[in-house]
Amino acid sequence: MNWTLALPEITLALCGLAILVGGVLPKRDTSFAVSIATLGALLLAAALVLVQKEGTAFGGQYIADSFSSFMKVLCLLGAAMGLVLSMDFFQKQGLSRFEFPVLLLFATVGMMVMISANDLMSLYMGLELLSLPLYVIAAIDRDNSRAAEAGLKYFVLGALASGLLLYGASLVYGFAGTTNFDRLADALSAQQGVSAGVVVGIVFIIAALSFKISAVPFHMWTPDVYEGAPTPVTAFFASAPKIAAVALLVRVLAGPFGETVAQWQQVIVLASLGSMVLGALAAIGQRNIKRLMAYSSIGHIGFALMGLAVGGESGLRGVLLYMAIYLFMNMGAFAVLISMRRDGQAVEGVDDLAGLGRTDPAMALAMAVFMFSMAGVPPLAGFFSKLYVLLPAIEKGFWVLALVGVLSSVVSAYYYLRIIKVMYFDPALPGFDARPVGLSVVLAGTGLFTTFFFLFPAPLLAAARHAVASILG
Amino acid sequence: MLTIGLAHYLTLGAILFVLGIFGIFMNRKNVIVILMSIELILLAVNINLVGFSAALDDLAGQVFALFILTVAAAEAAIGLAMVVIYFRNRGTIEVEDISALKG
Repeated sequence: MNWTLALPEITLALCGLAILVGGVLPKRDTSFAVSIATLGALLLAAALVLVQKEGTAFGGQYIADSFSSFMKVLCLLGAAMGLVLSMDFFQKQGLSRFEFPVLLLFATVGMMVMISANDLMSLYMGLELLSLPLYVIAAIDRDNSRAAEAGLKYFVLGALASGLLLYGASLVYGFAGTTNFDRLADALSAQQGVSAGVVVGIVFIIAALSFKISAVPFHMWTPDVYEGAPTPVTAFFASAPKIAAVALLVRVLAGPFGETVAQWQQVIVLASLGSMVLGALAAIGQRNIKRLMAYSSIGHIGFALMGLAVGGESGLRGVLLYMAIYLFMNMGAFAVLISMRRDGQAVEGVDDLAGLGRTDPAMALAMAVFMFSMAGVPPLAGFFSKLYVLLPAIEKGFWVLALVGVLSSVVSAYYYLRIIKVMYFDPALPGFDARPVGLSVVLAGTGLFTTFFFLFPAPLLAAARHAVASILG
Repeated sequence: MLTIGLAHYLTLGAILFVLGIFGIFMNRKNVIVILMSIELILLAVNINLVGFSAALDDLAGQVFALFILTVAAAEAAIGLAMVVIYFRNRGTIEVEDISALKG
């Protein structure tokens, strides 16, 4: 057995245990040291992922391929950025607890396990290792009743989703006779027609994973949790776990259930259409910018699902590119949201951005870049991410999907542009408090990526193509 | 003489699963009942898995059930902690009162 394939996960988990002990033992506040150590552990794991060999381990439970490497690096980057964004915020809110970085680290281990899952069992264990810390960090601001409510809602709906996933997994196991992805693929391709039990199981699994990526019709927790949780936690929720869940959905649907595409394609098409339309329409009336970003993220997931519904090499490559670009523009936008702090108080209204163009031109410019990018204005990165899912959809004849995608993109441009209008043309409010260095670094990095992606798209495109080739086999 | 076969286990599992789902959505009283419903769903899955495992003569299903039992314990612990936090803040755990966040 080749356990060294799982070295990134093992290292990260051991680092997590060591950091936990190091955080508990000293009498003084260790949150800053723990954050730095966690950041180091995440970067170490990313380096290990990049030099990782390919193959399966643990009796076929675990698989390492270029797809898992691509997605793991994205998740680790997302987690690292989320951690950087949180450090200063929690200190100012009087919430600096060393548990947060540790929980974030264990959630990241869970993401890596589920990205590398090659069996329904390791899929479930990874998903739970991700979900359990997320429930806790949603409510990390435990004396705030809104955060407590967000945590409770997230827990109940997340646990329900886990139950659905398990029920689906039990049906697939029973009717196909195995939980291993490779053997499932063989069993399902050999059968003359797929049995009804397997189809019901697949639908349950898709429903559960739709919860995790907050696709319509399983999106209802998203706005509440995003609004109630502390902003850096929301930034983390909107990026890394979604990427991991999308990766899982892609692996499950393209791998073991690839032969049953006729059974699940309609489900994904409907989820994609619903998410795009809801993301565009429901965000229009929002005054709270975190709620607005929640609906915006639902719309983006709709686009990513479009690539999955279209399928094939080009469609899946679109999904991977979409998630990669989404990570950067989303983190950048949240870096702006986190620096919205006036007289020591965090503010979250869209109107609080008024006059940012005069009080802080650099940040306003960065926010404008992210908003234009999310709206899909060329030549920013967001335009290309939409292009790479719309093109395959048109080539393969998914006209309805492509048309709804373009229309919902036009509608959502309204609320993205409204933010820019508020920043540049509304009467100025007093400026925000000084921005910590970490936020500026994330803002600059993500802003530069989003702006200049069109000059150097080749490395990311090649990596995504390589990754897709490894799961399509 | 009735022999208990796979179909009976699956029916029992399905009934428990549906009861659990209904318990979450129809319940207007108390969050603790939701936690119980979640446990019910997980137990329904375990019955399914063990039933299939016996019918297929394959151990994987029973191993899966053991994993689920372990995770269910952790999940219940976190759920109860969440309920305690919520009660400290609001002084109630009535489901209908959990509605401060909306729009």
